[in-house]
Amino acid sequence: MTDAPSLSDLGIADPTTELFWKACLERRLIIQKCRSCASHQFYPRPFCLSCESDALEWVEAKGKGTVYSLTTVRIPVIEALEPPYVLALVELDEGPRLLTNIDDGPARIGDRVTLAWRERGGLPPLPIFRPAGS
Amino acid sequence: MTGLADTPIYIVGAAETPLGKVPDQSEFSMVALAAREALSEAGLGFRDVDALFTNYMGEEGSVQLGEYLGIRPRYAESSDMGGASFEFFVHHAMLAVAAGRCDVALVGYASRQRSRRNRKRAADAMDGSLAAQFEAPFGIHFPIGHYALSAARYMHQYGITPEHLAEVAVAAREWARLNPKAWSRDPLSIDDVMASPLISDPLRKLDCCLVTDGGGAIVIARKDRARDAAKRPVRILGAGESHVQWHVAQCPDLTVTPGIVSGHEAFGMAGISPGDVDVFEPYDNFTHGVLLYLEDLGFCKKGEAGDFIAGGRLRPGGGLPSMTSGGGLSYCHPGALGILLLVEAVRQLRGEAGERQVPDAHIAVAHGTGGLAFSTASTVVLARD
Repeated sequence: MTDAPSLSDLGIADPTTELFWKACLERRLIIQKCRSCASHQFYPRPFCLSCESDALEWVEAKGKGTVYSLTTVRIPVIEALEPPYVLALVELDEGPRLLTNIDDGPARIGDRVTLAWRERGGLPPLPIFRPAGS
Repeated sequence: MTGLADTPIYIVGAAETPLGKVPDQSEFSMVALAAREALSEAGLGFRDVDALFTNYMGEEGSVQLGEYLGIRPRYAESSDMGGASFEFFVHHAMLAVAAGRCDVALVGYASRQRSRRNRKRAADAMDGSLAAQFEAPFGIHFPIGHYALSAARYMHQYGITPEHLAEVAVAAREWARLNPKAWSRDPLSIDDVMASPLISDPLRKLDCCLVTDGGGAIVIARKDRARDAAKRPVRILGAGESHVQWHVAQCPDLTVTPGIVSGHEAFGMAGISPGDVDVFEPYDNFTHGVLLYLEDLGFCKKGEAGDFIAGGRLRPGGGLPSMTSGGGLSYCHPGALGILLLVEAVRQLRGEAGERQVPDAHIAVAHGTGGLAFSTASTVVLARD
């Protein structure tokens, strides 16, 4: 009997992000938290960018954030997405920013947004956002 | 004590490759043509070159280019700093020549990305890279999406308007109209720019640079190494460099570019301030970039570049002649513009820029950027002796 291929073997993850993408399969957004200085970071690294401690753990993000910047993409870029669509940088309440999409309604810089999930192109569910309260 | 920086080092030759659409050359033959012209300006040949710098020619680096040109360097570099690589190379070559590690440095580049139609729109998916995992699945255009996110944040935070961006495109076009080698030479108004289609808000088609074939070569040496020079050598007064992020979500502040470091380093080394600059050659890949560089290099305060460029300050006859070739927006953008910023700065300082010559140009600044949403920056200050 052979092991099933990991998400890294499939090119979806790398060895340091395997846990992140596995959590996405369960529709949970996890980020790293430093046990020494309590700051959060994403993507994962083997040390804390703020205090250089290696005491990091994965925690589930609350899924709330604020739009730092956004653009409406009006030309085709990838097959799985039909333009126009909203591409955004969302700053999680925990601190890290994610590149993501905003679906289900208009959004502007500074707006509050809430985590949602979208299945796309054979990948695990992707963390995207929608306007808070929509 | 005097440092390496006090040894006077010069650009002793500068040339363009064929530009625009180049159906009858390879990238290597284009670099060879430009390199031969640049070396001949300095009274030198390929046999004199002992340092070679190139990058961004697909898989081809200094090893492949050295083979093609018959050069076996004792100092070589193919670092990928995107379109700004060539300003980085001037910095490194200047120090290497001053330290005696090489005597004649050749910096070369060419691309046929218009003829080949080989620009990608997105990062490769599912290759396990961080960009494939955390950027590509969300449909970010490579690189317009990154720059659009930068422009949107900058405009939101500082009240910069689409008209401010359009003024940069119009200024570049006014210069291009004076340059017979420029790709786009038709008249252009602010209204024309505003009427061009949105690609990725707030960037419109005419906020984005051209995609053309092209490239160039420059030669760096001490002045005595170019005794037989046919053209006036131009002194490298200072240089600086920096980089910040690759993935756009990792940039702490999208309204500040690494030019804030490279400009400070270069101006400090040169002993000049922004008010001393006669000609400015900014890397105009996207219109809002020029506004950000003006702020980061200290020509004006953060958030004030829109007002700073009003009244045609960057245009022909303006107070800060900028993009004097027509820039990446209207002259040529062969994937990496940085080499051509240096060529144009040299020509302005030699007084050989024809109809677009800036009168009494003594100090020119070439400011390169590269990567995605201003990942890299390098600034070079040049002066007429």
